[in-house]
Amino acid sequence: MGQDSPLLSIQHVSKDFYGNVVLQDVSFDIKPGEIIGLVGENGAGKTTLMRILFGMPVITETGGYQGKIVFDGHETNFSSPFDALDAGIGMVHQEFSLISGFTTTENILLNNESMKPNFLNEVFGDRMSFLDRSDMKQRAVKAIQKLGVKLNPDMLISEMPIGHRQFTEIAREINREKIKLLVLDEPTAVLTESEAEVLLTSLRNLAAKGISIIFISHRLQEVLSVADTIVVLRDGKAVKNLPSKECSIRDIASWMVGRSMTSESDAEVANRKLADEYFRVEHLWVDMPGETVKDVNFTVNKGEIFGIGGLAGQGKLGISNGIMGLYPGGGKVIFDGKEAPLNDPRKVLEIGFAFVSEDRRGVGLLLDESLEWNIAFTSMQIKNSHLKKMLKLVKIRDDASMRKLTEEYIKLLDIKCTGPSQKAKELSGGNQQKICLAKAFAMKPSILFVSEPTRGIDVGAKKLVLDTLIRYNREYGTTIVIVSSELEELRSLCDRIAIIDEGSVAGILEPTAPLEEFGMLMSGAFESNKEASHA
Amino acid sequence: MLKVKEFIRDFGWPRLIIFFFLVFMFIAAPFVGVRLDASFSDVLNRFGMNAIMVLAMVPMVQSGCGLNFGLPLGIISGLLGATISIQLGVTGFGGFLIAVFIALFFASILGWLYGLLLNKVKGEEMTIAMYVGFASVMFMSIMWLVLPYNSPNMVWGYAGKGLRTTITVEGYWLRVLNNFLAIKFGEFFVIPTGLLLFVALCVLIVYVFMRTKTGTAMTAVGSNPDFARASGVSVDRMRAISVMLSTMLGAVGIIVYEQSFGFIQLYTGPLYMAFPAVAAILIGGASVNKASMLNVLVGTFLFQGLLTMTPSVINSLLQNDMSEVIRIVVSNGMILYALTRKTKVSK
Amino acid sequence: MSGKNKLGRVLADNAVVILFILLSVIAIPFSGFSVQNILQEMFTRLGRNSFLVLALLLPIYAGMGLNFGMTLGAMAGQIGLIMAIDWGIAGWRGLVFAALVGTPLSILLGWICGAVMNRAKGREMVTGYILAFFMNGVYMFLVLFTMGAVIPVRSATILLTRGYGIRNTLNLDLVRASLDKLLMLRIGPFFIPVATYLVIAVLCVFIVWFKKTKLGQDMRAVGHDLVVADSAGIPVERTRIIAVVISTVLACYGQIIFLQNMGNMATYNAHDQTGFFAVAAILVGGASVKKASLLNAFLGIFLLHLMFYVSPRAGQNLFGSAMIGEYFRQFVGYGVIALSLVLYAWKTRRDAVFAREVLKNNGSSGHSDAAKEGAAK
Repeated sequence: MGQDSPLLSIQHVSKDFYGNVVLQDVSFDIKPGEIIGLVGENGAGKTTLMRILFGMPVITETGGYQGKIVFDGHETNFSSPFDALDAGIGMVHQEFSLISGFTTTENILLNNESMKPNFLNEVFGDRMSFLDRSDMKQRAVKAIQKLGVKLNPDMLISEMPIGHRQFTEIAREINREKIKLLVLDEPTAVLTESEAEVLLTSLRNLAAKGISIIFISHRLQEVLSVADTIVVLRDGKAVKNLPSKECSIRDIASWMVGRSMTSESDAEVANRKLADEYFRVEHLWVDMPGETVKDVNFTVNKGEIFGIGGLAGQGKLGISNGIMGLYPGGGKVIFDGKEAPLNDPRKVLEIGFAFVSEDRRGVGLLLDESLEWNIAFTSMQIKNSHLKKMLKLVKIRDDASMRKLTEEYIKLLDIKCTGPSQKAKELSGGNQQKICLAKAFAMKPSILFVSEPTRGIDVGAKKLVLDTLIRYNREYGTTIVIVSSELEELRSLCDRIAIIDEGSVAGILEPTAPLEEFGMLMSGAFESNKEASHA
Repeated sequence: MLKVKEFIRDFGWPRLIIFFFLVFMFIAAPFVGVRLDASFSDVLNRFGMNAIMVLAMVPMVQSGCGLNFGLPLGIISGLLGATISIQLGVTGFGGFLIAVFIALFFASILGWLYGLLLNKVKGEEMTIAMYVGFASVMFMSIMWLVLPYNSPNMVWGYAGKGLRTTITVEGYWLRVLNNFLAIKFGEFFVIPTGLLLFVALCVLIVYVFMRTKTGTAMTAVGSNPDFARASGVSVDRMRAISVMLSTMLGAVGIIVYEQSFGFIQLYTGPLYMAFPAVAAILIGGASVNKASMLNVLVGTFLFQGLLTMTPSVINSLLQNDMSEVIRIVVSNGMILYALTRKTKVSK
Repeated sequence: MSGKNKLGRVLADNAVVILFILLSVIAIPFSGFSVQNILQEMFTRLGRNSFLVLALLLPIYAGMGLNFGMTLGAMAGQIGLIMAIDWGIAGWRGLVFAALVGTPLSILLGWICGAVMNRAKGREMVTGYILAFFMNGVYMFLVLFTMGAVIPVRSATILLTRGYGIRNTLNLDLVRASLDKLLMLRIGPFFIPVATYLVIAVLCVFIVWFKKTKLGQDMRAVGHDLVVADSAGIPVERTRIIAVVISTVLACYGQIIFLQNMGNMATYNAHDQTGFFAVAAILVGGASVKKASLLNAFLGIFLLHLMFYVSPRAGQNLFGSAMIGEYFRQFVGYGVIALSLVLYAWKTRRDAVFAREVLKNNGSSGHSDAAKEGAAK
């Protein structure tokens, strides 16, 4: 690779969202034709860094960033992703951005079609030009060849296997003449192993033709095999930046998660005596889009706080959503010796499950209703509480009792609001989360499922929410299953932690287990070992 | 100043314009020779006639099914009740009650089926509701011709079969509600006490229903279906119940309307009856996904006030019949405003 | 997928067309019309209605559903005709004049309609429908109160006796059938309005040609997936407005062609049913909210109007009441729109489920097999 001047140079970039620092003095360079593997846990700052690079409006709206980005010799300041495209930076997203009713060719050349001018252009402008279908096809085929894969240029996207859709997306980016840098965000997430292998080969092809690539993936094996250089982000800092030849999967895993631990919480958590098995999951599968659960088995003891961790998209969120009947699923859930029904939200609530959803605003709250409604509603529907007889005829809502309940929880959880009748949407994220907890507590559950309890809330509120969960567990002996992307949080709270990878349990660890063990489980690095031992 | 601005934004300038326009007409009325007491009496009566059909919007809006353009389905049930009651020949208050009960019977069946249909087409409810309504009106038009009615008061005289386009309820239950405990002030001003009491009863029933466990669940479904589902509420069931309730209210509403109006209008009569009701509740401050009893009462009063006052005041003021134009522009403009308003459902 | 399932799918996808063919086959013998009579009527009606139905195509391509707002264009066309009659411009020149007056009006109205629909994404159809009602009020105001009062009208014969406002029925003798008669061809017993057909053919060519342009391609992209089109840099809102503007202008011309064939015009009602007839026709032809072709349009016009022509007479002969047939055809018209919308909504949901299945089976199948095995145990 020699002494070429870098194509892209990220220099001392920092970014905070209203005081919440997400990127801190990040610097690295990419040379032409180099592949950089960018790795890090969820929330490490990968997404924000890419948003800054592409000039997403959300960055300027939240106060811009510090530092400098130099692309192709010029300092850049893109005001929209289209500017970035024009400069020669392409991005392939995790979700497909394809029109499924269009052919491969039409998608590769979307809004970049070849045109034949005609007389109407004088009057109505360029959009009245004819499409030059044969030239379009040629260009598409050329892009596909450049990528080094086999794709039918006339096939509809909707009829393609998933892998081919991914290739179409990449072909669209490299079709642009000026393309110099390609960013791929988890491109192999939806691919089978053999498809992923083809993709990696074609990425090496592209790099050999001088296109630089930023490859973001949680599959460390793939990153190691394809990247020339590895950049590890952790808590907004670029903690490592070195050639891939010089590191192993185990190293990267520990760099990703490794941070100083507070030892006191460990001691407290570690020495707890727990009762017998209370809850068991066997061969659970859940069809939750983006979080598919394939085959999950675990048991939880009475009074335990059981943690479920893993990277985004691996299926950890699907577990609690599936158990609560919110997404179609199958397998066996055994609770207190009896089988609990799946696919029926009402039944599981009735036998004493309660759920705090990760989608606070979408599922967790009635944003347009009062706090009273939010907290008391589920309990009213399931337990017939907060109802009173009117004229001995019909049972109607007991507003006074709802108010009393709400005031209780406002005090107990220290919820900042103007009163029980305030609308839920007017509260801050942390206080909204407390409302969700209060809603679950009001059910007096035997087992509580909590998904991403601290997502999107600030540090102070985080601690309050976690303390509340511990207190609730200790005071009432309630069994809690907590799903979180933040490993640190799980380790400070849980008695045991299961790590989910590719839709099944990669391993269950004590919170005191060494960090790289967690990192290895998350990165799917054990998979090969497992397969080897099977054989 | 800021507060005023915020109020206008929340309430919406079209509603303010309508409100002030109505106030202006009441002020202007005496100057152009329109009697205020007669006008008030008229507004009150028309308010009572229409309020229940406007009320029929509430359950569906609250459960997230949107504006009930399928109201004709309820109206058809009401027409069935009314005609069968007359066919049976029961007069007076009894006849009215029989009409209501028969209508409720049909409305509950049609409404439930209609609810199941709307559950299959979430997101497209309003357009489909409109055409299901139209189609059912036309279907019933055929039925009015072929059903074996034979009361001489209702069928065409020369053929001896097939219902007439308009059937008088005189001699059966004309104004049974209006005249019940009616209070007369002078020559022109009458308070139709019975009618208003009946409206109050219906409003009360819906008000209480919306506060029961089921009613609460219904509101939650409209507010956030995912939340309701996660709380163990069957979203489809709640929507179906709301549609059924809306249809039943529509059925009762048309009978109340007819007893005051004096005629049953068959065939294409119910075709466009949903639109004034939709406009009224929107004028009352409801949106596509939130409506309250207050919206019903205020909206019906404002809209019917407008309908009563514009013909008399504007026509004598401008010496032409512009009121029809004003009615069309105001009612449809209001619906248009509600449809294009960025809905405030926070997600 | 099993053969039976496939057959069911084909039947479901074409349910409306099949239903209509069945109804017509049953009704024709009872109507007592001769084949020759029916065919002549179909030739006439094809010329009269095609242009209006074709006006619906572009908004469907742009994913805006059935453009009930086309009524706005019809109103513009009617204003054009009123002007032409007022100025006493006879024959085909009168039609051209009407079109010239109608064009800027319908561009303006179409732009308003598109802008309104952009504010109501996802419910364009009901919005267009209400907008047509709303504009009807404005039209009434314009024609009934300002024409002859504010807008000068030269010939008093078209005014109401009170001195302003256009009469309820406008006699179009000046331009009656002037396009149809321009080139009337007699083939055997049939009269074919060749000039009208030529105009329609030109429109068909335009539509085919338009689909091949960059703008047409953008419109398709917007119609398929708004979000993806937007992220690819296609000006989504502008493209949608253009689709509606073109549709409105075409509806304006369509209404002029329709009315010259009819020979007179109900000033305040002629546009009431324009949208209804056009939409019903294209749906009967097998189009859906998202998909339509020239074939759908012509097949639909033929089937719908066949039904509309024969059913009153069939009703008369079958039940002894023409009204039954009259109501029946309206029931069928409204019912067909409702049915198509329901079928479409139902199909979209079914396809969504189907697509998810495909996705699931496709994505790393090894694991899901293991899961299924696990479940089986």
